[in-house]
Amino acid sequence: MSAERLNTGGSAIDRARPLTFSFDGRKVEAFVGDTIAAALLANDVAVVGRSFKYHRPRGVWGSGVEEPNALVDIAGRGPNMRATTELARQGLVALSVNASPDAAHDRSAFLDRFARFIPAAFYYKTFMWPDWHRFEPRIRAMAGLGKVDPAWTAPEAADQINHHCDVLVVGAGPAGLTAARIAAHDGKSVLLVDERMVPGGSLRHRDGGIDGKPSAQWITESLSALTGAGHLFLPATTAFGIYDHNLVALNQRHQDGRPDTLWRVRPRRIILATGALERPLPFADNDLPGIMSADAALVYLRCYAVRVGRRIVIATNNDSAYEVAEALTDAGATVTLIDMRQHDLPSAPKGVTILPGRMIASAQGKSRVESVTLDDGTKLTVDSVLVSGGWTPTLHLFGQARGKLAWSEKRAVFLPGDPVEGIAVAGAANGAVSLSEVFADVARATSSPPPISTGREASGGVVPAWPIAGAKGRIWIDYQSDVTAKDVELAARENFVSVEHLKRYTTLGMATDQGKTSNLLGLALLAGVSGRSIAETGTTTYRPPFTPVPLTSFAGPRSGELMAPVRRLPLENLHRAQGAVFQEYGGWLRPAFYGGADAERAIQDEARRARQSVALFDGSTLGKIEVIGPQAAAFVDFIYYNTMSTLKPGRCRYGFMLSENGVVFDDGILVRLDEHRFIVSCSTSHVAAVHARLEEWRQDRFGRDAVYIHNATSEMATLTVSGPASKQLLATLDLGLSLDDADLPHMAIGEGRFAGDLLRVARVSFTGDRSYELSIRADRAETLWRSLRQAGKAFDAVTLGLEALMILRAEKGYIVIGKDTDGTTMPQDLGVDGPRAKRQTDYVGRRSLFTEVAQAPNRLQLVGLAVREDEPPLAPGAHGILQDGPKLRSQGFVTSSYLSPVLERPIALGLIERGAARQGETIDMQHLGQKRRATITAPCAFDPSGARFNA
Amino acid sequence: MTRRYSAFSLFKEGLAGQTGWEPAWRSPSPRKSYDAIIIGGGGHGLATAYYLAKTHGVTNVAVLEKGWIGGGNTGRNTTVVRSNYYYPESVALYGLAHRLYEGLGQDLNYNVMLSQRGMISLCHSAIEMEIAARTVNAMQISGIDAELYSVDDVRRVAPIYNFSAQARYPVFGGVWQGRAGTARHDAVAWGYARAASGLGVDIIQNCEVTDFIIADGRCRGVVTTRGEMRAERIGMAVAGHSSVLAAKAGFHLPINSYALQACVSEPVKPILDTVVLSPGTGVYVSQSDKGEMVIGGALDRIPSYGQRGNLPTLEGVISGLLEMFPAFGQLKLMRQWAGIVDVVPDSSPIIGESPLPGLFLNCGWGTGGFKAIPAGGTLLAHLLATGKHNDISRPFDLDRFVTGRLIDEAAGSGIAH
Amino acid sequence: MQIFTCPFCGPRDESEFHFGGEAGNTRPDGADVPAERWARYLYMRANPKGATSEVWVHMTCGEFFIMERDSVGHKVAASHPLGGAEKSE
Repeated sequence: MSAERLNTGGSAIDRARPLTFSFDGRKVEAFVGDTIAAALLANDVAVVGRSFKYHRPRGVWGSGVEEPNALVDIAGRGPNMRATTELARQGLVALSVNASPDAAHDRSAFLDRFARFIPAAFYYKTFMWPDWHRFEPRIRAMAGLGKVDPAWTAPEAADQINHHCDVLVVGAGPAGLTAARIAAHDGKSVLLVDERMVPGGSLRHRDGGIDGKPSAQWITESLSALTGAGHLFLPATTAFGIYDHNLVALNQRHQDGRPDTLWRVRPRRIILATGALERPLPFADNDLPGIMSADAALVYLRCYAVRVGRRIVIATNNDSAYEVAEALTDAGATVTLIDMRQHDLPSAPKGVTILPGRMIASAQGKSRVESVTLDDGTKLTVDSVLVSGGWTPTLHLFGQARGKLAWSEKRAVFLPGDPVEGIAVAGAANGAVSLSEVFADVARATSSPPPISTGREASGGVVPAWPIAGAKGRIWIDYQSDVTAKDVELAARENFVSVEHLKRYTTLGMATDQGKTSNLLGLALLAGVSGRSIAETGTTTYRPPFTPVPLTSFAGPRSGELMAPVRRLPLENLHRAQGAVFQEYGGWLRPAFYGGADAERAIQDEARRARQSVALFDGSTLGKIEVIGPQAAAFVDFIYYNTMSTLKPGRCRYGFMLSENGVVFDDGILVRLDEHRFIVSCSTSHVAAVHARLEEWRQDRFGRDAVYIHNATSEMATLTVSGPASKQLLATLDLGLSLDDADLPHMAIGEGRFAGDLLRVARVSFTGDRSYELSIRADRAETLWRSLRQAGKAFDAVTLGLEALMILRAEKGYIVIGKDTDGTTMPQDLGVDGPRAKRQTDYVGRRSLFTEVAQAPNRLQLVGLAVREDEPPLAPGAHGILQDGPKLRSQGFVTSSYLSPVLERPIALGLIERGAARQGETIDMQHLGQKRRATITAPCAFDPSGARFNA
Repeated sequence: MTRRYSAFSLFKEGLAGQTGWEPAWRSPSPRKSYDAIIIGGGGHGLATAYYLAKTHGVTNVAVLEKGWIGGGNTGRNTTVVRSNYYYPESVALYGLAHRLYEGLGQDLNYNVMLSQRGMISLCHSAIEMEIAARTVNAMQISGIDAELYSVDDVRRVAPIYNFSAQARYPVFGGVWQGRAGTARHDAVAWGYARAASGLGVDIIQNCEVTDFIIADGRCRGVVTTRGEMRAERIGMAVAGHSSVLAAKAGFHLPINSYALQACVSEPVKPILDTVVLSPGTGVYVSQSDKGEMVIGGALDRIPSYGQRGNLPTLEGVISGLLEMFPAFGQLKLMRQWAGIVDVVPDSSPIIGESPLPGLFLNCGWGTGGFKAIPAGGTLLAHLLATGKHNDISRPFDLDRFVTGRLIDEAAGSGIAH
Repeated sequence: MQIFTCPFCGPRDESEFHFGGEAGNTRPDGADVPAERWARYLYMRANPKGATSEVWVHMTCGEFFIMERDSVGHKVAASHPLGGAEKSE
């Protein structure tokens, strides 16, 4: 027994509320307010985990986010949670990571005995023979830390909050609280955040007094002054990233089981009062459990009433450990203070033995530290070793904001260099030590009077304590990644002397703690070994996040349909009531077919009946973009491959839109309503992109007063009536216009009314049969659809899903852009060469139709592909193949393929090399290794004369 | 001193305290003149130097690196190696790279940890399955391994994927390449550097090219922060910074530079044994040997040279990942970063002589340069040694933007090329 | 999240904008434009590192405009409508 809970004290715990949880199957007693680490220490659990590589036993090092060792998997929460920041809860189940069966008795501990053969980066030097794959599974199984529960599901979506403020203060220690108060006093709106559960920073456990009051009182008063004035304080909230334009990301932890919350904060000014972190000291086996940060030991004593040992050695290179020595002595421990400095020491606390000018050379012990040997050979028996290797200002956020650091020889730390716009650094992060210095530092930027330190003042005396090349034993630099001083020396020997190479070669600083305790020691040693100064050696790039952030915080509510909402038809409910099976097409949820468990049969049936009588189809998703204005005709001429200005009002024309690279971008019908008004109809999935292109050309080339463009797609529903009986069906309804073919011929548009609303009736056809597209206000479409269905009963009308429509259009050889064309298809490949050959005016993509590749003889061209009637359809995606010398090569592929119910045979479309000139030729096809033969035909397999348009 | 890497040498050095290892590569002072100079000490530049020395016997070569070798996109990518391409030209190029990767560890005497754990590119609809079939058939015809996977096949290789019917992007199947996988990115750079240095190549770090020496219409050398160096053949392999050097040489390239972000989770025990790409979410993920989830997504939307991650893209990528693997909601993000990639209209690389004679290009790899390193090096080395294309590099010449013979894989591959 | 300024709507989140291309890339008309000139218009870019002048579209209002910004540090210097008259800093 060495660590124990004292009977009194502990500012963070509530002794009236005991609780128990389990760690590695062992029952642990704790109080509300304890962190898991505090409770483990109070229960004298020395070994809390195993290291990443050598499976060395490791104990609690720190008391906060810098913790490299004490990671635990918490059931229901996730892997790799820091025991130093996670609160103990009743019934919580924690398991140590990377240990089997548990941290105290890890089966893989033997690996440490082979450490000399597996130094940093050893894996690059071996396992090449016979093959890395032979070794990888075992290496992988040994790597990793905690375990993911594959059955875990998110309890609820994480919140995400946007916030604006004048001043964001990161860190609610003495500097941050003061900065926040001053900013508030100056009339600014303030957001103050701190990653700990409570404000105060070092004031929580360090001696001090402010404005004549105890620190605790000053903290409370400062905070209530802030929040009372309407400013916001977020505890348990980590500012983890500063991004472009000084957007700051926060992760807020909740204590009620909710997922963490992501805050996106847009402050006018950022004050980083992020404090400093204590470094370890380099000596052999400085990673043994029971060796911890001196400051952390003070936190555990004063906040959790845990005295971490009875016979304690404190080793330091600076003044901050003296208060720790005094406090632990007062708490009944026997303390020996080893100060590597010979001179200018602070006065010795009462009852503390001080050994000046001495250092620890090595620690001894099996699964916890039992003794230390000093550099003069003295051996001291201990149950706990506390170390303070100096303080590293926490400048991660400053670095993320691309702030440059400047090395301070005097303080042996990196401090902020040139300022970054909108960001100030204050307090210990800026190198201040005593409260007086901290307050003076904060006040420098303002006119308001700062608080006055009236209690004990810390002093900042320090000498460097860097690892030295060639030192005996294994001096641990990065605890979590298992990097020793020898590894750093090895890297330097092998020319990995860039600090970024050192990091990657040894993995120093790449663990979950991102090297908060280890980076400076590593680069100082590298500097020494490579004969450079620390300033010359430099630091690695700071990257977000400051501490690991739950992925759920970033995802927020974006899951399922909210990932990318589907668009829905105005008549969706009617289709559902009719038994439609929906699928997503181009972002829209549309009926694939209606009714029946047998999809194939339902689709065939719809396609067959559509040719026999009449079909109803909901085509509302079709793009309807209006082009209006004095230059509208010139505009559509430029936009389309085909000449469109010759189109007469009231008529429709099919055409292509090209990209500037000549490739067919979209196809569709252009309607001319009157001299200056057109409707561009485009493919469902291209509406947004076509609209954007039209706007771009309008603004870039034609001007605002020449053309106006309006996307009316979602305003109008379009219902199609197609088939031999379509005219008769429509004649039974009162549509307010003449259906006579002389008045409304194929490719004409007329205006009528339905139930008082404007109805546009276009005689255009995607089925090859006589067709009428009826467009009406989207919110009145339901009545029209019901009327059509009612009227359709007399004609055996069928409702078409999209799949059956695909068959009908393929029978006619009509293409679907992106399915029957690819990213190289030009209009001449689709048999439309006229405009290319004849047009004299410019249009989008024109010049690209005359490049070398556009005029190449071996282009893929649209064809039909026929197989024998008794064979199954070709597989879409099957390729035509050609033996070209020793090589097999593709000569095109099947783009669409169906069984045609009206022709009672398979039909297919494809893009085949020189296809247009090869009709009648039989070619070899290959699909997933299977070979077949097909005959090249014209694309149109049904009613090539087009008689049915007017049938 | 120990030079050769093996289990035995590691053991021997273990007994001696690992003190006998030679520097992995030399850091000599730059000379005034070389037979060839390669600008850019990333994977492509170092590989070029290696193949120049090994294949063509040209060893009087310098690799000039602005910062530290492997510090650009080589050290910032998501380490996927694959060759599942649609067009025969691409298959020839990436197939060459893939084959060289398969022997690279032994060739370089450096374990690059090629892990051929397979990659599944998912399909989320029936029409995507048709396109996938088109792709798989094209690859099989070109002689590259590829299979069309059913949902059940996908379930077998990625059992923790979200197969729920409620998923935003349901799984219909996918394209499987079994030989695909990952490799250790840093090791590729270091392995090539060590092998090239061993053959006599000078690797010069902290050496930024500030200008070209041009005489009689030819590139004759470079001006650098470490002095002038002359060579009759100069290659550049500087990815996202290609346009910057091109401007110094007096020409434009068909390149826009964008940040491509990636991130890793904390390390966990093995849970994902393959590389998974979802075109719906635009996200791909694999688990590194260390146990981290290595996560990539689409390009940033804003042209940039700032090698810095941002929030909007990250949020999109992570929400996509959790849609694919809900259980990863337990994980935490450990690190986020960005590389600057050289995006070309057809997303295929540019290999060949530049408009400035004597200066040769290896650029335009966009988001997919890592997997091509051995081929990029082989082809640029061939150009530098012979002054001519070989059959594989010919289609990727800059002149394709004039002839229109673009090699646009957009139809055949998802975002992860 | 960067903040861009639409000359018509004011400062907005980057997600509302779409990159249009480098400013000043004029289209050569005609079927007989030399192939190299056409390729230059279609594909060749300065892609500057540092100060840039670009065409952007603010998708929520649909207006295209010119934005001057730094492609490394991402500081936005100015934005103005196509044609250039009014500037908003």
